[in-house]
Amino acid sequence: MQDAEATTEPTIPTPGAVLWGKILRHKGILFGGGIVAVMVIVAVLAPLIAPYDPYAQSLISRLQPPVWLDGGSWQHPLGTDHLGRDYLSRLMHGARISLIIGACTAAISGVLGTTLGVVAGYFGGRVDTAITFLVTVKLSIPTILVALAVVQLVGGSLTVVVLVLGFLLWHQFAIVARAVTLQIRDMDYITAARMIGCSRARILLTEVMPNLMNQIIVVLTLTMASAIVIEAALSFLGVGVKPPLPSWGIMIAEGRTHIFFDPWLVMIPGAALFALVLSINLLGDGLRDVTAPQGRN
Amino acid sequence: MADAPFVSVSGLDIDLEVPGGRLHAVRDSSFDIALGETLCIVGESGSGKSMTALGLMGLLPSNAHRSARRLRVGNHDLLSLNRREMADLMGREMAMIFQEPMTSLNPCYTVGNQMSEMLIRHLRMGRRPALTLARDWLDRVGIPPTAGRLDQYPHQLSGGLRQRVMIAMMLMCSPKLIIADEPTTALDVTIQAQILHLLAGLQRELGITMIFITHDLGVVSRIADRVAVMYAGQIVEMGRTREILRDPQHPYTRGLLECVPAPGKTRPGAHLGTIPGTVPSLVGQLSGCGFAGRCPHAAVGCRGEIPALTVRADGRQVRCLFTPDALWSAA
Amino acid sequence: MLRFLLRRAGLALLVALCVSMLTFALLNITIDPALAMAGEDATDQDIQALRVAMGFDRPAHVRYLDWLQSVLQGDFGVSPYFGLPVSDLIMDRMPVTVTLGALATAFAVIIGVPLGVVAAIYPNTLIDRVSLSVAVFGQAIPNFWFSLMLIILLAVQFPIFPVSGTEGFSSFILPTIVLGTNAIPPIMRLTRTGMLDVLSSDYIRTAWAKGLQPRQVFFKHALRNAIVPVVAVAAIQAANMFGGSIVVEAVFALHGIGMLAYESIQRSDIPTMQAVILIFSLFFIGFSALSDVINAYLDPRIRVS
Repeated sequence: MQDAEATTEPTIPTPGAVLWGKILRHKGILFGGGIVAVMVIVAVLAPLIAPYDPYAQSLISRLQPPVWLDGGSWQHPLGTDHLGRDYLSRLMHGARISLIIGACTAAISGVLGTTLGVVAGYFGGRVDTAITFLVTVKLSIPTILVALAVVQLVGGSLTVVVLVLGFLLWHQFAIVARAVTLQIRDMDYITAARMIGCSRARILLTEVMPNLMNQIIVVLTLTMASAIVIEAALSFLGVGVKPPLPSWGIMIAEGRTHIFFDPWLVMIPGAALFALVLSINLLGDGLRDVTAPQGRN
Repeated sequence: MADAPFVSVSGLDIDLEVPGGRLHAVRDSSFDIALGETLCIVGESGSGKSMTALGLMGLLPSNAHRSARRLRVGNHDLLSLNRREMADLMGREMAMIFQEPMTSLNPCYTVGNQMSEMLIRHLRMGRRPALTLARDWLDRVGIPPTAGRLDQYPHQLSGGLRQRVMIAMMLMCSPKLIIADEPTTALDVTIQAQILHLLAGLQRELGITMIFITHDLGVVSRIADRVAVMYAGQIVEMGRTREILRDPQHPYTRGLLECVPAPGKTRPGAHLGTIPGTVPSLVGQLSGCGFAGRCPHAAVGCRGEIPALTVRADGRQVRCLFTPDALWSAA
Repeated sequence: MLRFLLRRAGLALLVALCVSMLTFALLNITIDPALAMAGEDATDQDIQALRVAMGFDRPAHVRYLDWLQSVLQGDFGVSPYFGLPVSDLIMDRMPVTVTLGALATAFAVIIGVPLGVVAAIYPNTLIDRVSLSVAVFGQAIPNFWFSLMLIILLAVQFPIFPVSGTEGFSSFILPTIVLGTNAIPPIMRLTRTGMLDVLSSDYIRTAWAKGLQPRQVFFKHALRNAIVPVVAVAAIQAANMFGGSIVVEAVFALHGIGMLAYESIQRSDIPTMQAVILIFSLFFIGFSALSDVINAYLDPRIRVS
């Protein structure tokens, strides 16, 4: 039937090339990664490309609808809010807040959780028992409630929100890092490294960590998505970052007053938030698919 | 051979969809089995022997394609049956015993539950009589009918006991054909002999036709009426057990037999035979005899065409270009 | 089995103790509770007076043991904002949150499990892709925004559902959908992968070989095995939903414990905050212990040994 298959000798591609091939063929990664990339570019360039100052109020042009509704104009493509601020500009600056919070939180909790997980998995015994217990305790603490309480009591600012979330979202890193480390701890190449006298720190950094990276990156994306949603929820409830910062959560909260007559005030920032979280999740799920030892299906 | 064989397979092809293309697990396989006869299918792993069995039962994995000219069991044409009609036959007319007793029973249900559900399904029995019959059958396969057995879960039984449960379960609806796919391979050697003895005894007693799949030629000599030797998805030799073991015609069969120590004949310290080389890739078409790469007698002609299965006067079938006599005298 | 239960209960108690310590430390040591409660306009004298009045001037460990002792007797102190005993407030609000949590869990299971089963029986088909999309959607949608969108869509366009308040069963419908949607993805995914795993197992091949009907193979033999981890995850999700109910209760103005938490946080009402955080943690600890026990019960390899 397919004579060619039997005769042509297949060239063996490098693992890296295989991975890139899978990434470039994975629809979820392309779609999710594409939207995330656009959002990052918009966020970075917001001060340059935003048409207006996101804080500039103009009481004569309040509550102008977006361009696709009756009465909208290209002057304010996404309309203006109740203080006459340009909605598109606020949305673009809001992306900065979401991405900064997402990235910083993921970084803090990633370092914290991965360290704990690797230590638990590598040393085992009592250290493992203690850290596993710590994870169990952490899981029992209601994340949003504690975040709300602490941020409210300490005072809402970008730094506080990042620190609080960083200390609340590390458990997934610890669980994954521990599981992977346990798996590879007794592999021959680790034993070999130990036998030739590598220090523990060196083994952990140069032998264990590289094997963790794939899974950690996946957790990183998913944690980033959670952090972004939780920040928006806190700000929405009036306990996160403070107005007039254009956090998407604050924009939704402010739009809520006008929900019956100008629902787009709620729809637009929410849709942006949903799209960002969805794309980060798709990216993370996709990376999990392509880095899994055997691709699913 | 009888005029109307009980099992008749002709031109069976099984392909698997794999990442590298199409893997031809079984190619143009044909065999007939008379009522009450035992056919052993022998071959190394990957030769297509298990696939043949699964293909006959319709239990192939979802990435497999089956085609055949004829696939008959009794007076059922398996090719024309839909899934539901096939399910009515499975367990009732034809049953299968698997290799892995440790994982082939459902861990969540008791032995009694798993045995009786077959009787309820096929013989429309009530729960109580089904359990009574199940207990009788456990006795029959050598598990004393102490009260608790039927209420035990598979994890509470040893491998040998589980395989006995499996045999009892599959024979309970008195099927006419039983396919045993290496039923003793996963067991301890002493248990192997017991299970083999049990299975062969029940088969004779009930007059069941059996297809027994194994890689163990010692087993073959004990239970088989006839043997089919498979290599790289093809049947390369088929005939009566005694004749094949005494006088193998195909170079592969001969190589296989040389790998087995013969009690009384093989002297201590003597070298056992090995077959050099490896099985060819089954992905894509074969361009000649599948064994040519490893055959000590391969000639140019062997790589040009796939040899046909020739039938000799005594019923022996061999897939080799050369007549054996010429082969062995040249060697 | 009995030893397993005792060990599991012991672990749960230990975790609960640690959580109570952490909660206390968080709200009493990392920040000055008197400062937080007094508000921004208070003078130093006011704060000092409050400190003495509330007993905040005593050493932390004394206060913790004191608090723990009262909590064990069911006394969470008096809420300075509501002017009522916190335990009364909680008992008053509990039924709403428990109803919401139970409804949302049921909703998530009723949608998630069948979707997962169907997706696994017909992998890589349209229905598989649809259920995967539902999972991705449910995982990504922020629940406070989803609430508002449902309000815009349903309550305003078709005013059949109440937009807010706690008036009978109908006021639970939208909150249930919102809260349950977040729990569908993990339940659905786990059901799907569990079923896929089980369907390729040896004992399912045996079930087919026995000539059982597809219904028996899928539901009696496959689902029974695949559902074990799903039950555990559903219990964890239920616990998470109690904790996550704060956002949904706040949006829909449902007067449950989540709402109580929100109100107490806005007013820096520390005794109530402490109590609510502890209650939600206990929910989680209880449910995860329960899920382990159910798991052990459903798996004969653990139950009968």
